[in-house]
Amino acid sequence: MSAVAERPARADQDRGGTSLRPAATLTILCLLAALAGAALIALTVGAAGIPLARLPAALGLWADGTAGPLQARDQLVVWSIRIPRIAAAAMVGALLATSGAIMQGLFRNPLADPALVGVSSGGAFAAAAAIVFTDSRFGASLYFMQHQLLPVAAFAGSLVTTIVLYAIASRGGRTSIAIFLLGGLALAAIANAGIGLLVFVADDRQLRDITFWLLGSLSGATWSKLTTLAPVLVIALIACHSVARGLDVLVLGEAEAFHSGVDVEQLKRISIVLVSAMIGVAVSICGVISFVGIVVPHLLRLVIGPGHRLLLPASAISGAVLLVGADTVARTIVAPAEMPIGILTAAIGAPFFLAMLLRQRGLVSL
Amino acid sequence: MSALLAAQSVSMAVGRATLVDDVSLEISAGEMVAIVGPNGAGKSTLLRMLSGDLRPSRGMIRLKQRDLHAYRPRELAQHRAMLSQHVNVTFPFTVEEIVTMGAGESPRAVARGLVEAALDEVGLTQFRFRQLPTLSGGEQQRAHFARVLVQLACGEARHGPGLVLLDEPTSSLDLRHQIDLVETARRRAAQGTAVIAILHDLNLAMRFADRVLLLHRGRLAIDGDRTAAVTAETIRQIFEIDAVIAHTDQGVPFLLPQTMRPV
Repeated sequence: MSAVAERPARADQDRGGTSLRPAATLTILCLLAALAGAALIALTVGAAGIPLARLPAALGLWADGTAGPLQARDQLVVWSIRIPRIAAAAMVGALLATSGAIMQGLFRNPLADPALVGVSSGGAFAAAAAIVFTDSRFGASLYFMQHQLLPVAAFAGSLVTTIVLYAIASRGGRTSIAIFLLGGLALAAIANAGIGLLVFVADDRQLRDITFWLLGSLSGATWSKLTTLAPVLVIALIACHSVARGLDVLVLGEAEAFHSGVDVEQLKRISIVLVSAMIGVAVSICGVISFVGIVVPHLLRLVIGPGHRLLLPASAISGAVLLVGADTVARTIVAPAEMPIGILTAAIGAPFFLAMLLRQRGLVSL
Repeated sequence: MSALLAAQSVSMAVGRATLVDDVSLEISAGEMVAIVGPNGAGKSTLLRMLSGDLRPSRGMIRLKQRDLHAYRPRELAQHRAMLSQHVNVTFPFTVEEIVTMGAGESPRAVARGLVEAALDEVGLTQFRFRQLPTLSGGEQQRAHFARVLVQLACGEARHGPGLVLLDEPTSSLDLRHQIDLVETARRRAAQGTAVIAILHDLNLAMRFADRVLLLHRGRLAIDGDRTAAVTAETIRQIFEIDAVIAHTDQGVPFLLPQTMRPV
């Protein structure tokens, strides 16, 4: 009798009598601390090592009167190279991870990714076209501004891909997720064919530029590029807040989300524009860096749950941590040379993606 | 008293097929209506039109004297709630998180009380922190029903009696939970809610509904009192089986199919 009486109480504990999810504020604070730590390590490590003891002086926090050539060099390295690069890595990581989380919410599928529906490929194709064009006889007059043209082209490419995709997928004001996904695969194939063609016609120098772009690198980060990144990131993070509840309810399916009072069409429009803007800017800064958008939200869901009000900001910070860390490894692992960060994220991300795929094989229906 | 929901000559055609053909009906506050009919009779299509999810190709639906499609989604959700047949959740939301989604943007303190009451009503309180995809089909169906109850309660607190539409709410439930669910719906009707449920179990329909609507090939074949609507003759015509209809001591009709002969 007593055993029977005890069972419900124990069952209650076994099944999680209390919620196991950590508090939102605590999560955000921990992630911010991790970001600060990653940034600090990234500041001190590199081709020119700056030990922690010299860092405050290098940052110009205090002048201790021993200003010498070493300190001048440190200051130059920190302010002109490292800080812009770390900031760019953090912001790009935030954009990639958050856009991945939004797209997964939109597709109700943890395996969806902006790279999957051709948004990144469209941007990369436009960038590669810009490289070949400005280096050709016809575009030679524009060669001097190749560096300015590249980001604009990548941004335009991503945006055009998304708009075409939306036109394909939406009919009579409704958007079909399945058509969107399949149309995206087709567009990615077209963009990749275009990139292939450009690689085929490119000469050796162009080929090097295109390849470097495609593999993704943060070595080109400058203060002026940060002024493009920062406003987009801030606007996107604010906009994320407005789609978070809608994305939560969308997990029930489009019909149930509508029954629950979500304006599904509007939610989809905002999410699509948001994702394309975020990816366009990220690609324009540093080429194609894949898998951040899949890995970060997935790991976070395991710990903090799938609710988008916390998942989206947490993805932004975690994506920043991941990319700052990955970039630090990329620029030190074969120092003084540099490994393209895209190789690193793909080498870690692709096996992770496969593992996820195998685990979810029975659960995901497309 | 005027009808809470009124459909006038509603039709739905897809290509050359007419799924729902010229159906008119009215439902008042406090009424519980069962929609029954064979597979492919147009029951789900009719329900999706009544929910505002599908726009009829002809005809007009009014909810509280206002065109159904004049409501914005958020507004509409405060007047009618709907439980769809198949809801597949891919992300690991907990039962409590799913049920709380019914509360929309209601204040958290209000939502918490309603969520607890709804979880208790469907008997899932001890599963509240479990991830929904790990529960059985029937338990998931009850969790979604609890979510719909929360949505209904939030809307009714602000706008008075609302409408709840249930598409085969008992399809995955065991006998006890079928009765529980229908009785819960019945209690809501007693408090003024208009309830429309698609039910495959004619006995359940005859036991609990005030009115039975029998759909056949997209048309409304019968719209009547539960004791009068279902006769052996209509069962033979529409479901193409022989059946005996008897009555309990309290006069509640029940149906026993006869075609399946013992081997």
